Amino acid sequence: MNIGSFIIKNALRNKRRAALSILSVAVSLFLFVSLLVVLREFTIPPEDIGAASRIVVRNKISLANLLPARQRAVIERIPGVAGVSPFSWFGGKYKNEEHMTFAQFAMDPKLLRPIFGEAKMSEAEYQAFEKDQTSCIVGKLTAQKYRLKLGDRIPFTSTIFPCSLELKVAGIYSGTIDDRNVLFHHKYLDEASKLNGMVGTWWVKAASIEDVSRVVAEINQAFANSSAEVRAETERTFQLNFISMLGSVKLFIYSICTVVVFTLLLVSASTMSMAIRERFRELAILKALGFQRHELFAFILAESFGLAAIGALLGIGGAWALFSHMNIAKMTDNILLTLEVTPRIMARAAVVAAALGIIASIAPSISVTRMSVVDGLKTLD
Amino acid sequence: MADHPVVVIRGLSKIYQQGEINVTALNNVSMDIAPGEFLALMGPSGSGKSTLLHIIAGIDRPTSGECYVQNIDVTELNESQLADWRNQNVGFVFQTFNLIPVLTAYENVELPLLLTRLSSGQRRKQVRTALELVGLADRERHLPRQLSGGQEQRVAIARALVTDPRLLVADEPTGNLDSHSAQEVLGILQSLSRTVGKTVIMVTHDPKAAAFGSRSIHLEKGELTE
Repeated sequence: MNIGSFIIKNALRNKRRAALSILSVAVSLFLFVSLLVVLREFTIPPEDIGAASRIVVRNKISLANLLPARQRAVIERIPGVAGVSPFSWFGGKYKNEEHMTFAQFAMDPKLLRPIFGEAKMSEAEYQAFEKDQTSCIVGKLTAQKYRLKLGDRIPFTSTIFPCSLELKVAGIYSGTIDDRNVLFHHKYLDEASKLNGMVGTWWVKAASIEDVSRVVAEINQAFANSSAEVRAETERTFQLNFISMLGSVKLFIYSICTVVVFTLLLVSASTMSMAIRERFRELAILKALGFQRHELFAFILAESFGLAAIGALLGIGGAWALFSHMNIAKMTDNILLTLEVTPRIMARAAVVAAALGIIASIAPSISVTRMSVVDGLKTLD
Repeated sequence: MADHPVVVIRGLSKIYQQGEINVTALNNVSMDIAPGEFLALMGPSGSGKSTLLHIIAGIDRPTSGECYVQNIDVTELNESQLADWRNQNVGFVFQTFNLIPVLTAYENVELPLLLTRLSSGQRRKQVRTALELVGLADRERHLPRQLSGGQEQRVAIARALVTDPRLLVADEPTGNLDSHSAQEVLGILQSLSRTVGKTVIMVTHDPKAAAFGSRSIHLEKGELTE
């Protein structure tokens, strides 16, 4: 026997309680990791190179206010601009779907490849999309969900514009960070909705990443004091601003995380206190045999830490296994595309587990180290 | 020439404070205990015999007085020094055996040796010797719940002996045993005193148990009466 096996035997002496303690830590950390993963999915901004050189231009007043078509030519003349496309959210309803899991955007099909180069389709599909003004391209996930194929006609009724559109599927794309959306011709929207050339946003491709900040500044400056002042920002900043609107969701999720961790702490501290209280006499015997205070403290800490570590392994490992191997898009009906348990999230959960193991052991350790051998023996005699 | 006493106690007092009331457990006790002696500490409940035993064994502190064990004043040692000193110099036997229920007889006996620098081979040798001494070599893999009360107490004696301390303290070691098992345990303690030269201090109520000792001392209201 050595000290390690002695600690393990002590920790597992009440197997049911040890199992329940481990399970409570595991379930709580699984929930903790899941919440962080979902929060990350909601708030992660695009990080790819394409996104880094894309600029979103919107009305300075609000995203709901439209921009005049004449701005396009002004933006195109700014040095460092490689392409400008209108990009308007259609807000369409498809069939009788109560909750739409994909968006439809009107844009300039000729600018699809220069601006959104990561969308992968065959050359024939690109050509078909550009040629037919009533056509659209559909993200792979949405196509799979609704079993759409090339040539299908899909009707949408807008909740924003006073019109309905029937779009012909010309291509099915993949490779973007969100392969759910439907893209179609802005001209078709212009004609059907009588928008008179108004657009929701301009999406601008900078010639290089180095040009981005200057182009942003020049676009903002170009429309300053005009009837339609704009706010230009990188796609990443735009997404982060968009995410900031989810502030209450973040607060809600963080609140749940805090409650989970706090409850777990109370449960673990209570379990450890019970386990140690039951062994007060034995710990007094160990003291009588010559074990020092710090050694008893180490025993309790190791036991508490060990239970928390096993629970963490199961909880974090379980979350990783689930989110890595399950088809999340299918499970969530394409509401969430991927749920990734990143090393950062795993580290945060591990820190919580470690803190839990340490904090839960503090109170029983203090009572044991303060206990005199005689008092400890009296707990029995 | 007589051996120098293993235990020298001078003017030992212990006063417990219970609220505003002072309770005197030991009052100016002085005594010597010779090496190899099997001393029975007798007296009614509350007479202070267990308190005296605890102070000699270094698990309690007196209010005043001196308690030398092998020329070391244990009242002067700090907590850490006392823990080391107990591990090397004192073996404990309790009324309720106090074995660790999740450890086998062998592991219970080995426990005090985990604090030493002995190799596992050396530990094994000492544990087996201690278990053979109490006649339980064949029970080393048994858990305490698989042993009888007498056997448990014999394992506890083996645990007390395994570090080869000069002093064994036993607090009512036969209090939870039937008469046959009590005789066995007392026989072992007597044998350890007579043949191995261990100094044994035993607290007991039972005159029959005290008869196994080489000397009896009576305490009454914290004072020695003989």
